[in-house]
Amino acid sequence: MRNFRLTITTCVLGMVIACSGSSVEGELLVSAAASLTNAFAEMESAFEDANPDVDVLLNLGSSSALREQILEGAPADVFASANTSNMDQVAEAGELAGDAEIFVTNSLQIAVPSGNPAGVTGLEDFTREELLIGLCAEDVPCGDFGRQALENAGVIPSIDTNEPDVRALLTKIGAGELDAGITYVTDVLSASGTVEGLHIPAEVNVVAEYPIATLTGAPNADAAAAWVEFVLSEEGQAILTSYGFTSP
Amino acid sequence: MEGALGPGLEADFGLRRGDSFRLDLSLSIPAGTTVALLGPNGAGKSTAVAAIAGLLPIESGRIGLAGTILDHPVSDVLIPAEARRIGVVFQDYLLFPHMTVIENVAFGLRSRGVRRQEAIERAGGWLERLDLSGLERSKPSQLSGGQAQRVALARALVIDPDLLLLDEPLAALDVTTRVELRRVLARHLADFPGPRLVITHDPTEAFLLADEVHIIENGVVTQSGSPDEIRLRPRTPYAADLAGSNLLFGRASHGRVDVESHLLHLAEHEIEGEVLLTIRPSSISLHRTPPEGSPRNTWETTIAVMERLGERTRIRTGAPLPLTVEVTSEATIALALGVGETVWLAIKATEIGVESEGGYTRSV
Amino acid sequence: MKIDASLRRTRRPPALLVVLGSIGLAMFVVPFVGLLARVPWSDLPALLASDVVTDALRLSMVTSLTATAIAVVVGIPLAWMMARLDFPGRPLVRGLVTLPLVLPPVVGGAALLFALGRRGLVGEGLEQATGLLLPFSTWGVVVANTFVAMPFLVITVEAAIRNLDQRYEGAAASLGANRWTVLRRVTLPMIGPSLVAGLVLTWARAFGEFGATITFAGNLQGRTQTLPLAVFVALESDRDTAVALSLVMVVVSLAVLVGLRERWWKAL
Repeated sequence: MRNFRLTITTCVLGMVIACSGSSVEGELLVSAAASLTNAFAEMESAFEDANPDVDVLLNLGSSSALREQILEGAPADVFASANTSNMDQVAEAGELAGDAEIFVTNSLQIAVPSGNPAGVTGLEDFTREELLIGLCAEDVPCGDFGRQALENAGVIPSIDTNEPDVRALLTKIGAGELDAGITYVTDVLSASGTVEGLHIPAEVNVVAEYPIATLTGAPNADAAAAWVEFVLSEEGQAILTSYGFTSP
Repeated sequence: MEGALGPGLEADFGLRRGDSFRLDLSLSIPAGTTVALLGPNGAGKSTAVAAIAGLLPIESGRIGLAGTILDHPVSDVLIPAEARRIGVVFQDYLLFPHMTVIENVAFGLRSRGVRRQEAIERAGGWLERLDLSGLERSKPSQLSGGQAQRVALARALVIDPDLLLLDEPLAALDVTTRVELRRVLARHLADFPGPRLVITHDPTEAFLLADEVHIIENGVVTQSGSPDEIRLRPRTPYAADLAGSNLLFGRASHGRVDVESHLLHLAEHEIEGEVLLTIRPSSISLHRTPPEGSPRNTWETTIAVMERLGERTRIRTGAPLPLTVEVTSEATIALALGVGETVWLAIKATEIGVESEGGYTRSV
Repeated sequence: MKIDASLRRTRRPPALLVVLGSIGLAMFVVPFVGLLARVPWSDLPALLASDVVTDALRLSMVTSLTATAIAVVVGIPLAWMMARLDFPGRPLVRGLVTLPLVLPPVVGGAALLFALGRRGLVGEGLEQATGLLLPFSTWGVVVANTFVAMPFLVITVEAAIRNLDQRYEGAAASLGANRWTVLRRVTLPMIGPSLVAGLVLTWARAFGEFGATITFAGNLQGRTQTLPLAVFVALESDRDTAVALSLVMVVVSLAVLVGLRERWWKAL
């Protein structure tokens, strides 16, 4: 009798250990918004350390471009968007395997070159014609949100360029070719050597919610689920907040 | 050659081409005279053309034309090509391929500021004079060799130049056309009032067109003189080769030619009338006794002049028909030839070259 | 020269050649068919009239033609120098002129930014002295276009001048033409076909330029957003507009290239 119980327990324990161990393997294609570049890169290393048989491939770009790719049938496993509208469109097309979850939020900051040579103090300065102001292009999340923040503040800006993605915008600001722009807090942090951030008051600021979801037709559904779990875990969140994101 | 300049061309200059080639030339061409510069390829003829035309500067000496100094390094005078009034007919003619014939001919006038209407009229006049009416709108690529040459000539003449400079004007033509065009050229040269310089490698061309011939070899003139002088007394082997051919004028009829009352038999029976005969000295055989066999042209004559040039000896015979004959120097010893000796000449009918004559100044 | 009809009947081209050639042709035709299939034909008139499209078209035409004009004014003399003058460092110059053809356009744009940007090597002084700022301006687009497209003109014209028989210029001089007349009436007409082919290539390259433009001049409708930039931006937000813009580009380009006469193609 006693032996039988021991055997059962051992078997069950064995199965539990086997099930909770690293059963994920193969390639994992994660389509993620450009602003997640640095954070997800660190998380990729951590995830691959924990799951040595998995090879994570990060497909980074503007959320709208990624959305289009998924709608056109690109074989991604996970989609992490910088705003909910892109995720909603993907959901409407029936591409989500389950519900999307908000995993971090990001808010906006005014980005200026180090040293703030143009002496920008707030969003009101965006009306000054003599300054070279850049925003992300419309339909790129930081572009939409930036315009929304300006609208909230009642500012009609004099824009000189709409950059196709936030990295290009940051590069030009960092090089001093632009006097100011609106990017995420995380972006300013990532370019901390060349770019400074100026606070945007909470009442006009726009909080971007970042949803993440696994996709139907994902070639590696198991790994996809494991990744999302990792992102939502304490370890994942710690990495994300270290880059300037806020836990939801 | 310092001093006042006359209306003709006075060129006495030297220049270097590349590392090794040097040209030294001294020419004096009065108005109304044709001078030929005769030499093999590489002798420096094209360099001479370029220097006189103003496309190459000289290094020493000077070039003067019609009383104006064109190039004189010592006094730092160098008139560029476009300011020299020289009509050049280039080898290969160089008709502008993208312009019509009339535009080509009018080009020189228009470049000098003549109004379009007048330039076209004057160009048209020259085209007519050279028998090219109707070709005004044609493109150079549509012209035959002979037509192209005449267009090039018209283009050079229409600008009323002080010097007419022809660089191998007949070289690009096939044999038949060449003969015909030589006549045309001779006529127009004679009509041109100024000095004329013809550059050629063809001795017949030089002897028929020019009053004076300068033989140029390796950048240096080796002999100058009238065509006769050169033919009769060549001073270098090259000159001897060139000048070799006997040129005779006669009247042909039914395969026989009357040359200075002496009758020669021809292989050619078709040509009638005034003809030009060429006989190479090496194709005339010399005998001590009346020769037997096929040659139908044989006669007895005496040796008037004998000149030894190394391995070869040139002999000038006397009456009834003086000819230049070439034999090996060995043969002269073997046959004990000497001035005054009687010899028999034999010439095969096939060795006599015949052309219809007409238009040449008789130089014999 | 007409080929004898009976000869044509018996000699068909080799089958393998035709098959492979057709595959090659398909690679060019299929993408355009794909584009045409996506065109929203009923909405097209409204789309074409929208100011995104008209602004982009106007900017593209103005900047590409201006760039071509600049290429003519400075490019032909440069080509002449490279073909006719023997100066030290000529191989290096030729390499530099060819460089924009080889580099990715974005690299070109970045280089322009480093040189002519507000904090650029030349740009900083230029702005302080004259107030002229090239980035984020229409002139910046022109500069970017000229940079990537002018090499086409220089290379084509240099080769043509090099292959020209210089004796024609000598003949012209002997007839009394001064150097300007020689250039105008002999040299340039004789390289005419090559010149035209070079011009068209240059314009086409400028018309289609994207990377250098967006990096150096930025992207703003009406000021710097040329057709290629507009397509890129519209692809993410407004598919129909993107297709309409692409169609405009294809039609304009085809019109120019098809209109190019055969003999000018031969000169390429």
